[in-house]
Amino acid sequence: MDGMHKAPSGLPRKAGVSYKPRYLEDMLVSPGPVSWVEIHAENYMVDGGPGIAGLRRVVERFPVSCHGVGLSIGSEGPLDAEHLDRLAHLASWLQPASVSEHLAWSGHGGAYFADLLPLPYDEATLRRVCDHMDEVQERLGRSILLENPANYLGFSYSSMAEVEFLAAIAVHTGCGLLLDINNVHVSAVNGACDAEAYLDAFPLALVGEIHLAGHEAETDEHGGPLLIDAHNNPVADPVWALFARLLARSGPLPVLIEWDNDLPEWPVLAAEAARADTMLVGCYA
Amino acid sequence: MPDWQGTFAGALLDPARHPPPGLVRPDGCAAGRRFDIYRNNVVVALIEALGEAFPVVRAVVGAQFFEAMAGVYVRAHPPSSPRMMFYGESFAPFLEGFEPAAQLTYLPDVARLEYARRLAYHAADDRAADPAVLAGLDEAKLTAVRLSLQAACHILRSAHPIHAIWRYNATEDKSPVQPAAEDVLVSRPDNRVLVQRLPPGGATFLLALQEGRSLGQAAAQAVAEAPSFDLGANLASAFSARIVTAISIQ
Repeated sequence: MDGMHKAPSGLPRKAGVSYKPRYLEDMLVSPGPVSWVEIHAENYMVDGGPGIAGLRRVVERFPVSCHGVGLSIGSEGPLDAEHLDRLAHLASWLQPASVSEHLAWSGHGGAYFADLLPLPYDEATLRRVCDHMDEVQERLGRSILLENPANYLGFSYSSMAEVEFLAAIAVHTGCGLLLDINNVHVSAVNGACDAEAYLDAFPLALVGEIHLAGHEAETDEHGGPLLIDAHNNPVADPVWALFARLLARSGPLPVLIEWDNDLPEWPVLAAEAARADTMLVGCYA
Repeated sequence: MPDWQGTFAGALLDPARHPPPGLVRPDGCAAGRRFDIYRNNVVVALIEALGEAFPVVRAVVGAQFFEAMAGVYVRAHPPSSPRMMFYGESFAPFLEGFEPAAQLTYLPDVARLEYARRLAYHAADDRAADPAVLAGLDEAKLTAVRLSLQAACHILRSAHPIHAIWRYNATEDKSPVQPAAEDVLVSRPDNRVLVQRLPPGGATFLLALQEGRSLGQAAAQAVAEAPSFDLGANLASAFSARIVTAISIQ
């Protein structure tokens, strides 16, 4: 692949999907517009078995994005060195086009909560996150992408806006950013920000990957709208609209259809990727 | 804000505890019940993960009972690692002390069988050894042979019909479950997890091999337990299940 056509991440500026073992044969036989895949790193931190065997076939065919969900980069305590070693081992044989993690914490005191928990955007958190990012990137011997979270809560003592906070981490650590547009929309509806203003302020030169995903619409205790970042639905119209707005400014970027729960049949997922791909192609027109 | 994450974490799993101060809605308004979203996400995700790992336990007690029981477990024993495929290691011992399910005395062993299947699925890829090298050995050499078993191999002994309970709930075979003590071999030949019932003495034989005993010692232990133990038949089925990965001849 020509370096000119790659984003800061090394992924092609085309459509990808979340890889699940059930899609393996379909993906190999009729990939359609799918040019790359993303895996959850933790699912492959095992000694062997059918999961690893399937992934080895995927890697032969597609560029892979290795997306961690459990490193807990925002933890107050030290990083889990054993877990970082496992990520380094996976990355060493997988040779992924990109490695990414989240601006979040997910464990404390030896317990792991299988969720991405929120952080205050203040100086103390910035220092800690930067230290952890330095440690991760040094251990992996490469820069990684950090993803913006979906917010249900904020902190009264936050002193920076989220975009400002992410940009500061990138400046201090040399990491790239993974821009999840569904998360921006979810956070905006849940009261965090104006989604368009957020995207307009986002430092596009640092973006190595875009996430598009589905969410679940609920109601809060006051009858107001509340969105949950559930990854269990097609991408919603407002998210497609925000994606179009971003593309007009950014040009084509690697874009992932992220679908993790209530998985659809392959053609449904491939159709979502086709829609994203068509919009990317439109950038060249 | 000293250890606010500790306070946050404690309140996630215990509705009686308060979240840390300073939480607001992302727009700065009062947080209201927003913290409950995280409480709910965490507990629901962990209960789901447990249900995927223990589908037969879930089927035996029913979805509603399982959810309540798993809710107690996940709050008391959250995962200790982001490798969620290994979550539930202490579920079987938890079930032993879980009063509302006390009359289902077989349940902990069924959970052990399901967890063993999980471990087997993700175990290292081992190549099966070729039994042909045993053919030319005289009896003295044969009894001194040591066999290594694949990493995916788990041998379970139960006073309950755990194989039949598993088979009834996890496969198409709906023949009735008869009361019996059952020993089970979980293995992974050809990348598929296999659950087999072992004959009398079979578990003792395989466990002895796993501990590094010679073929002769393992067979003697098996015969002492079950006089009907047939070494040839047990050896043949071990090789056909492809669980022997190395043969060392003294």
